[in-house]
Amino acid sequence: MTAVSWTTEVDRGLCMGSGMCAGIAPELYGLDDEDRAKPLRYRIAPDERALDAADSCPAAAILVREGEELIGPRP
Amino acid sequence: MTTTAEQAPLPYPFNEPAGLGLAEAYREALEQPGLLRVRLAYGEPAWLATRYADARLVLGDRRFSRAEALRHDTPRQSEGRQDSGILSMDPPGHTRLRTLVAKAFTVHQVEKLRPWVRELSQGLLDELEALGQPADLVEHYALPIPVAVICRMLGVPEEDRPKFRVWSDAALSTSSLTAEEFRRSREELRAYMAGLIEDHRLRPRPDLMTGLIEARDTGDRLSEAELVDLCVGILVAGHETTATQIPNFVHALLDHPDQMALLRERPELIRGAVEELLRFVPLGSGAGFARYATEDVEVGGTLVRAGEPVLVAIGAANRDALKFDAPGRLDVTRSGVQHLGFGHGVHHCLGAPLARLELQEALEALLVRFPGLRLAGDVEWKTQMLVRGPREMPVGW
Repeated sequence: MTAVSWTTEVDRGLCMGSGMCAGIAPELYGLDDEDRAKPLRYRIAPDERALDAADSCPAAAILVREGEELIGPRP
Repeated sequence: MTTTAEQAPLPYPFNEPAGLGLAEAYREALEQPGLLRVRLAYGEPAWLATRYADARLVLGDRRFSRAEALRHDTPRQSEGRQDSGILSMDPPGHTRLRTLVAKAFTVHQVEKLRPWVRELSQGLLDELEALGQPADLVEHYALPIPVAVICRMLGVPEEDRPKFRVWSDAALSTSSLTAEEFRRSREELRAYMAGLIEDHRLRPRPDLMTGLIEARDTGDRLSEAELVDLCVGILVAGHETTATQIPNFVHALLDHPDQMALLRERPELIRGAVEELLRFVPLGSGAGFARYATEDVEVGGTLVRAGEPVLVAIGAANRDALKFDAPGRLDVTRSGVQHLGFGHGVHHCLGAPLARLELQEALEALLVRFPGLRLAGDVEWKTQMLVRGPREMPVGW
């Protein structure tokens, strides 16, 4: 049995460039030339820090999915 | 010539405590690469970052630690050593606490408060008018708005304001408080908050404090001391800076009547104007909360050795010509202003969306109500606080 892979994305329209995600999970998120956040990879291994980043984003701009299901930000 | 760790450090802070000017020393520093060496009244000498790119690196890079400050004689303006709670933590401990409260402060959540904050501002303006002029904008407008908002969110009785104002003042003071006085004030505030927490345990209600108590009692996600300090931090940080920036922004606009007129003509500019004012107004008297390098890091051409502290002059970085065109000009039509007024990285202001909302609503309501808003007496400035701003600001209309 293989685990369903996770994906993560950042809504650039919402992102305010706080740098929170890149600080919490530098292995998963970075800032681009315009100081907006971007995921370093779309597909990621299951990682609690992606959920932490999604929960902490002041703009709620980070989404994390397990397969089709939205799992971050957590309710 | 590059600055080295052996060079005699400059006395710091540079800014005058009264007023909102940016010291000449910053202008000079911004014209050349690298970091300065500075010394504060207490603690070891430090590096000072003034440029935008350097500031972002130091605030955003995990090779710089806040927790390390607790193990050093950290540079500071007052004698009392401060464990600043969540602001003295690094990930993952920091993340654990931050995620508990972050969702209460997202843009989405705080937007729900906008109609109420608008009403609150209108009500206070009614009272101000009834009071007659001149009236103190700080006491009757700037302070009541953020106090009412954070009290309601957190679950603190608003009528306790006179009590926690004294403790909150002490927490951000750079005055001659001895380490002992500082410690006593902090313990009083903690005891007060612990009492409120016990009361919430007995009578849960729909507020942030009750949510955090649940996270502690059922989730075991934070310790009792962390719970108390988190609530204290939210209460203090949740009102002091916004209460200070409201009169600061009004002061800056009165200083730039063309910009004030433009904003009255085009109220849709208010959101961008608040961002520009956050950039333009150098709030801090100096810089605090030093970041310690955990390994050797080059910052803007200066080698910071592992174990050395770096301070970040946010007010200066916000006036860096390499980042902003005509940085010394207040221009409320500027768009996409990526200022560092709320910091950057994991310690980026938790309450930024709430502060933005409060500043937008407070400023807009005031400008619309009083087309003839003016200073009606001498501004009395706070002179011994980490944040600069009027203690008293008499206005007429």
